[in-house]
Amino acid sequence: MSKKIFSRPKYLKDAAFHYCPGCGHSIAHRLVAEVIEELDIARITIGVPPAGCAVLAYDYFDLDIAEAAHGRGAAVATGLKRVQPDKIVFTYQGDGDIAAIGTAETIHAANRGEKISTFFINNGVYGMTGGQMAPTTILGQNSTTTPGGRTMTREGGPLNLSQMLGLVDGAVYIERVAVNSPKNIRNAKKAIMKAFKVQMANLGYSMVEILSPCPTNWKMTPVEACKWIDETMTKVFPIKVIKDTVGNI
Amino acid sequence: MNEKVLMSGNHVIGEAAVRAGCRFYAGYPITPQNELTEFMASAMAGLSDGAFIQAESEIAAINMVIGASMAGCRAMTSSSSPGVSLKQEGISFLAALELPAVIVNCMRGGPGLGNIAPSQGDYFQATRGGGHGDYRTIVLAPGSGQEIADLTTKAFEYADKYRTPVMILQDGMMGQMMEPVIFPDPIDPSMLPPKPWKLDGADGRPSRVIKSLLLDPLVEEALNWRLVAGYEEMKKEIQAAETYMTSDAEMAVIAYGTAARIAKGAVKRARQTGLKVGLFRPITLWPFPKDPLLEINKHIKNFLVFEMSTGQMVEDVRLSLEGQGKVHFYGRPGGPISTPHEIEGVITELFKKVTNV
Repeated sequence: MSKKIFSRPKYLKDAAFHYCPGCGHSIAHRLVAEVIEELDIARITIGVPPAGCAVLAYDYFDLDIAEAAHGRGAAVATGLKRVQPDKIVFTYQGDGDIAAIGTAETIHAANRGEKISTFFINNGVYGMTGGQMAPTTILGQNSTTTPGGRTMTREGGPLNLSQMLGLVDGAVYIERVAVNSPKNIRNAKKAIMKAFKVQMANLGYSMVEILSPCPTNWKMTPVEACKWIDETMTKVFPIKVIKDTVGNI
Repeated sequence: MNEKVLMSGNHVIGEAAVRAGCRFYAGYPITPQNELTEFMASAMAGLSDGAFIQAESEIAAINMVIGASMAGCRAMTSSSSPGVSLKQEGISFLAALELPAVIVNCMRGGPGLGNIAPSQGDYFQATRGGGHGDYRTIVLAPGSGQEIADLTTKAFEYADKYRTPVMILQDGMMGQMMEPVIFPDPIDPSMLPPKPWKLDGADGRPSRVIKSLLLDPLVEEALNWRLVAGYEEMKKEIQAAETYMTSDAEMAVIAYGTAARIAKGAVKRARQTGLKVGLFRPITLWPFPKDPLLEINKHIKNFLVFEMSTGQMVEDVRLSLEGQGKVHFYGRPGGPISTPHEIEGVITELFKKVTNV
């Protein structure tokens, strides 16, 4: 007798991810799909993927999906949610999408307390376009547009969007997690679960920042990339609850 | 029949939109269209199923409209020239995603920040697509308060029917002038035909995607040709123009919106002096009313295009006539408002020249 102990989540399609080996997106996708299944909200959920590596999320999530222009996820989600307040709307955005071109949309959606949940993949780099500097690239980190490393005087420091959103009244739950180890992945899932629950309870804007390895553009092996998150990235972007006015839910 | 009310053009758009079942509006302050945004704030607050958002930017506003439209809601945004430039990204996406939406441009003097005076400098931007990519939008140009109401109603109908963004193109003069208007009865948006493409959660049906990333060039090409097929239908079905005193005219003035009102006054005056002049007023700027223009072109060979710009619609007139007539142009860009007397002078001088009187 064999017992099946691991399978594809119900709301991930039977498709092979296009993501590079060692990329964190596939783990994050899986966690979002698992949580949607566990909360039994798939039939009322609309997802809004970004322009970036995760633009093809509609090939993987078996959910209604609304593709947004680069950076406009929070605005599109706002429109979707305001006219169907009984639905669950989430955006899934990369660091360039959410913290550079879409900063205004994100901050103002949070400030209005839009009842949406955002999953923000921070891998410190523009992945799909080939490894340019992201707003979250850390000082000294190499990218194709910061040869020799990012400097404070030339590019400015990494933008800490989650901390900024922590100052915004309408944002009620902001947590930073990582998907570089089994333990961190378990905690990431808990945070994603909480973000959805905050929305289901109509409490306000929720966001989970997910530190995610990008071995291809970091020019590391997957193992090195996971280690780099622990040893370097989390020094700038510490894993923690940044804001929680909700408590247990 | 509903009662006649006196209202400014910007308020008329708002009232007509609500009656047409518009239940989502997002906008950003810019003169000379703020009355519409303010009207929608109050109107939506009074509706249990209405939503209004003062957006953080024009770009956010049009993207909120995209979201509301994806959810199947009749949605609108409005702005004035510089703000409409910012919305072009979203309008291109609306076209690509085949989503209905109504966009109002209350044009002002430009380019750049320009001024807040009436202008028609955005004709090219409105009728050529405006944003990136190979698309068109329906463009409606009202010429009176009543027509603002009628065309706002039509704008929502066309948007849903053809699944396309529709632009109402007017200016601050049309927007702020008060005229008597009779509105149609309000419709209940829940009674509108269902939108089998909308995103409301995949309950009891396969999941859906609304997207415009089409990496396969052949698929992208197919979308473009599908859009073109829709544009051809629109050209057949919705071209609209007013003709005024053209049946015996030897020359016609062609103008739209505010310029057409001025031109009509000028034509009336010229008629009193015995000049056989008429007016052709495009109501749909895209599709350009080529068919009704060619109809009067059977007997009228001389045209004076008058625009509050350096000459944009005049190109469509020339393209439509394909050389079958002489096309002259008079324009004032940047915001000054010509008087009927001024245009009468232009008509008289030209009429004498072309008819050798």
